[in-house]
Amino acid sequence: MASRIRIRAQLKGDYCEVKALMRHPMETGMRKDQTGASIPANFIEDVQVVHGDTVVMQAYWGAAVSANPFLGVRFKGGTQGDVVKVIWRDNQGATGTGETTIR
Amino acid sequence: MGNLDPLGLTRRGFMRVGGTLLAVAALPQKIWAAALRPESVFQTTTLEATFEALGGVPTISEGIIFSAPDIAENGAVVPIRIEVDASVLPGVSKLYVIVEKNPNPVAAVFQVPPNTQPYAETRVKVAQTGNLYAVAEAEGELYMMQRETKVTLGGCGG
Repeated sequence: MASRIRIRAQLKGDYCEVKALMRHPMETGMRKDQTGASIPANFIEDVQVVHGDTVVMQAYWGAAVSANPFLGVRFKGGTQGDVVKVIWRDNQGATGTGETTIR
Repeated sequence: MGNLDPLGLTRRGFMRVGGTLLAVAALPQKIWAAALRPESVFQTTTLEATFEALGGVPTISEGIIFSAPDIAENGAVVPIRIEVDASVLPGVSKLYVIVEKNPNPVAAVFQVPPNTQPYAETRVKVAQTGNLYAVAEAEGELYMMQRETKVTLGGCGG
């Protein structure tokens, strides 16, 4: 069930900027389909940005984050070539990861 | 990762699996277990209840630079950016994105470790025209900045 994440990490002055684009429907659970049956809630609950073995950002999301979520964070202490990962988990237990190196 | 006994592997066996790979793979699970989602904050249905769940009405602070569009053509995708000026508000540990008129106002919570900039960028759904709040928790105190976003198209209807 793991889904890919588009991710980019770039050094900018004294910090590293991470931008990630995840593929996810982010269903609120309040919408109905054409037959009137409600579409079950399905949204990313947890997102982590990991640099080496350090979590540089821990985000908790609700269903109000837009579909195909975008995340931008900035952290210090990164150097070129370091591995940066983004990991998410949704309310139905599905996960996704993406990895890149800082440039 | 020095103590291998709990894994029930011999040193050689451990090496064969690829020590680094295993260590990296095992890491996220450990963090997940320690991470605690603030469920109660996400379940509130009014702005008042949300501030109560956070621990009080935040003080307005110019140290929070909060960007949100004045007019959103599509309420389903509203780009927002929170940046805290550390010289005005040092020691930010959490950032909250709150959309007043949404069924559950809290859209996102960002836990900011010390070496991370108090900065977050994302896109949220805004159900209808109303205020958006960026709340920052710094050294146990709550601060906020608000923006009004006009929505010309529904947010939750897709």
